[in-house]
Amino acid sequence: MIDPYRIRKDFPMFENHIKMQGHDLVFLDNASTTFKPFAVIKAEEEYLTRFTSNTHRGDYDLCFANDSKVAEARHVVGHFINALDKEIVFTSGTTMSINFIALGYAAKYLTKDDEILLTLAEHASNILPWYKVSEMTGCKINFIPLTKEGRLTAENLKKVISNKTKIVAVAQVTNVLGFVNDIKEIAKVAHEYGALLACDGAQSVPHMKVDVKDLDVDFLSFSGHKLCGPTGIGVLYGKYELLEKMDPVLSGGGNNVKFETDVSVKYLPAPAKLEAGTLNIQGIYGLVAAIKYLEEIGMENIEDLEKNNRKYAISLLKHIPDLVIYNEDAESGIITFNMKGVFAQDLATYLNSKGIACRSGQHCAKLLHHFTGELATVRMSMYFYTTKEDIDALANALKNGGNFLDAYFA
Amino acid sequence: MPISLSPMMMRQIIMDHYENPQYKHAPEGDLSRYEQVHMDSANCIDDIIVYVLVKDNRVIDACFDGVACTISTSSTDIMCGLMIGKTFDEAKYIVEQYNNMIHEKEYDANVLDEAIVFMNTSKQAARIHCATIGWDALDEILEHHHHEEK
Ligand SMILES: Cc1ncc(COP(=O)(O)O)c(C=O)c1O
Repeated sequence: MIDPYRIRKDFPMFENHIKMQGHDLVFLDNASTTFKPFAVIKAEEEYLTRFTSNTHRGDYDLCFANDSKVAEARHVVGHFINALDKEIVFTSGTTMSINFIALGYAAKYLTKDDEILLTLAEHASNILPWYKVSEMTGCKINFIPLTKEGRLTAENLKKVISNKTKIVAVAQVTNVLGFVNDIKEIAKVAHEYGALLACDGAQSVPHMKVDVKDLDVDFLSFSGHKLCGPTGIGVLYGKYELLEKMDPVLSGGGNNVKFETDVSVKYLPAPAKLEAGTLNIQGIYGLVAAIKYLEEIGMENIEDLEKNNRKYAISLLKHIPDLVIYNEDAESGIITFNMKGVFAQDLATYLNSKGIACRSGQHCAKLLHHFTGELATVRMSMYFYTTKEDIDALANALKNGGNFLDAYFA
Repeated sequence: MPISLSPMMMRQIIMDHYENPQYKHAPEGDLSRYEQVHMDSANCIDDIIVYVLVKDNRVIDACFDGVACTISTSSTDIMCGLMIGKTFDEAKYIVEQYNNMIHEKEYDANVLDEAIVFMNTSKQAARIHCATIGWDALDEILEHHHHEEK
């Protein structure tokens, strides 16, 4: 088992003993974003202090070094998810990746007779781009029913999928209920009906081994900042023949071979076609360092540690009077709850006053209330640097949470 | 209202206005007589409409409806009670004092009455929006009228 106390030494946010409201910071909002290890910061600094230049824009050594770095990055990311280098497109994050699939692929090929399947548990970033496609093409948006517990199953997909279904867009791990969906089975069902499976990996790729070939997903989107990397860098994986069929949503420098006055354009082959404009090179340096850092720890080890943490957290939270847990049996490091009679935002504010960072509200899953019946919840989310003390701090605060409005009168 | 209100009493006031808000309802009678402003928040659950009936530069009635958290419900409820019967100038002065208090500036506590229970909101910066959402809506209506009068 990896030692989170040793791991914390790799992170300046821990080494700097950051305080919140006078308490040592207890960071339990890792589903939002994660801390960055020194290695990532150093890599970004290296770009800023030793390798600053653009890519594929010149004939000098610095440029060449960055071209090589980006090529290396494609390889590192490809290896991380078992894809080919040329199947990796750099984006600004999950949101941009999903928009690229929706606007660059779905809007081009779907018609009013087609259907896109989603679930009520999806993040806004995996709903609104598809709504846009529906607005543009007239295609239908339908929702795969969740199980009583809130899970997506291949069985429920079978109940609604038809030959009209062209895209099934679902998260591998949902960001509120935190269930790990069996994407391999779900992809199989989608493919039996000739539909593509676009997987939102924002909450899965940072926490478990994800192998796109084994899962047989057609697209996978994820963000650097949720896996210890920088903000503003993310990845779109697509099977190469699909990337080839996609239109660039953004066009401009770096994505074309030539264009003429008669408005004809010859684009570069994918992935360059989909990467117009100067890349987030600094972010790419950081992303590579983050993935190498995670691989060194080992994705299986990360998964194991988070499972243990979850077990421990549930064992404590379960016994807190009036605490309602919405996803006791989920597999991920996400636990979502409410205190009976306490408004979710008030509970989060109270936790803030104790130095504990949790998120409250709808967590961008603004359709989920149709399922849970709760307009707002509090979410704690862990990572491999979460310690038992963090969990204890949360449990203790919640136990004494009767005076939750104290935060206003401290 | 004495500034020496104990935390216990402050909490009680907030909870009373949250659990039994007096002004959380749509206006009675003809809705079209009321000015209304819709406010929502990306961060909190709040999604409310504030209704104000004005006549002769005076707030005749004020109420609100919608989905709102503890802080926004009670702060808006207290606001409605404070505003009814006030002239525009009085109302504007009160809004200004309230905002000064929320943002830790000098303020005239005499006109805020129970609204001073939100004096420590700035310590929980994420909730400033909750404590001001109804007030901002009212301010918008007052502003609007101010321009119309001219
Ligand atoms: C499931 C899921 N999808 C998409 C996103 C959007 O990610 P980003 O904001 O990095 O684009 C998130 C982040 O909160 C998420 O949890």
